Amino acid sequence: MKYQSAFDIIGPVMVGPSSSHTAGAVRIGNIVRQVLGEAPRRVKFELAGSFAETYRGHGTDLALLAGVLGLPTDSEDIPNAEQVAASHGLQYAFAKVNLGQVHPNTVLVTATGDTRTVQVLASSIGGGKVEVQELDGLPLKFSGERPTLILYHEDRKGFLATVSRILDASGYNIARLALERRSRGGEAVTVCEVDEAVQEDLVQALRGSIPVLRDIRLVYVA
Amino acid sequence: MAFTHLHELIRMANERGVTIGQLMLEVEAEQTGRTKEEILARMARQFDVMEEAVRKGTREPVMTRSGITGGDGHRMHAYLQRGQSFVHPDTLRATAYALAVSEVNAGMGRIVATPTAGSAGILPGVLVAALDSGRYRREELVMALLTAAAIGLVIANSASISGAAGGCQAEVGSATAMAAGALVELAGGTPEQVGHAVGLALKNSLGLVCDPVGGLVEVPCIVRNGLHAITAMTAADMALAGVRSVIPPDEVIAVLHEIGKDMPVSLRETGIGGLAGTPTGKALREKVFGDRAARRNAGPTLAEAACREPAVAGGTGESHRGDAS
Repeated sequence: MKYQSAFDIIGPVMVGPSSSHTAGAVRIGNIVRQVLGEAPRRVKFELAGSFAETYRGHGTDLALLAGVLGLPTDSEDIPNAEQVAASHGLQYAFAKVNLGQVHPNTVLVTATGDTRTVQVLASSIGGGKVEVQELDGLPLKFSGERPTLILYHEDRKGFLATVSRILDASGYNIARLALERRSRGGEAVTVCEVDEAVQEDLVQALRGSIPVLRDIRLVYVA
Repeated sequence: MAFTHLHELIRMANERGVTIGQLMLEVEAEQTGRTKEEILARMARQFDVMEEAVRKGTREPVMTRSGITGGDGHRMHAYLQRGQSFVHPDTLRATAYALAVSEVNAGMGRIVATPTAGSAGILPGVLVAALDSGRYRREELVMALLTAAAIGLVIANSASISGAAGGCQAEVGSATAMAAGALVELAGGTPEQVGHAVGLALKNSLGLVCDPVGGLVEVPCIVRNGLHAITAMTAADMALAGVRSVIPPDEVIAVLHEIGKDMPVSLRETGIGGLAGTPTGKALREKVFGDRAARRNAGPTLAEAACREPAVAGGTGESHRGDAS
């Protein structure tokens, strides 16, 4: 089920005017910032469907920008996101594109920080809820509503078994799990949503125990 | 348990001998591991934000950023106090409050999406009016929010609460149904009566298209919130009186989804068709966004499926999906 909590319906507390086009867009921006894991320097937002047609009216551009700047959905700085971006020296661009058969409120965000670039295709599916559809071109779906581990690793036998053993030993329950790889034995990404707040010692345990694990990012947009 | 069918919620509420709001509270506690007290405290804070928006938009005229709309919540509130209205002033208060919240929303003020921001006026409209009637305690209104949440979850999971996916019926229609059911339970109605209130309220919302002028959540969204607050209250009264929804509420929800899928894209939150496409609608768009923005908004049409030529606002050049620049 996409919607499970009473606060999915009676919420979020947000700055208007649109839950899908403003609050959802802030959340997408928040996710992109967390996936990038560092301050963004350049961001490109490519909007499709209803996002593309109405983004100025709904403040979707300000909301996406506020999101990558790390502002929450109820921040009264959202209307001033352009000034906030300028003060942080963030370069940004908006474009309208056709992304083919995607949800009507979909944006492709390409964010570049000092050391890396990430690309997130995400949809705002209604009432402020969002879902990432693709991460760096891989079909990995997650919402960021639960603590989410993004594991960048090499495709090796036993990887998931090791990860799940460490999670289990540390008291974490896996709520949702997906693995995609670019090629056999090549680059792979695992997205793992858990029920418990992720503590730093879990990140250390994963890093310390799995040589093929190259990087970890944490996403959680409560 | 999953919230997908109202008849299941009604059956479970009856089996456990609780209201739908209490059932929602129990399930939320089971799902999140939080205590009922924590959940109620958080829901009470949501209600506080809703009430703040009502007071803000009635105390003083709230103007929207575009200048197209604004001040109607304050205007209606002043009018109803003269006691000359056709609709009883206590009832009309819900309209004034719903307009007020929708104006605060359009002004990029703080609101609670119930279930969405575009439909955020209806639930606070009827519930804060109920609070001001003096007949209900604040805790009862917080429980009514949980009733509304359960109804909204069913609609969101089995149909849609997105205007872009299902038209205005998915937003204002859902909010109207949620408010109607919440009022039934507030008044002590049965879970079955909650179901009928949802069915009645939704039937009067089916087919509503999402056609915001200029893509702004203003025309017709604000007025629809005000008018549908009255629809919600009337549907609640009808259900409490024993009026039944001949088409079962779950079938009404299913057809809302069907109708939404049949709606052309121009009438699903694209700001193209319907009221947005009228001469005045187009002129207002031009007035608000001006020439530069109009050009910027003239991106690829949906027919141009192969085209990826973006109109870029102040930044880097061309783009193709997949290139991580």
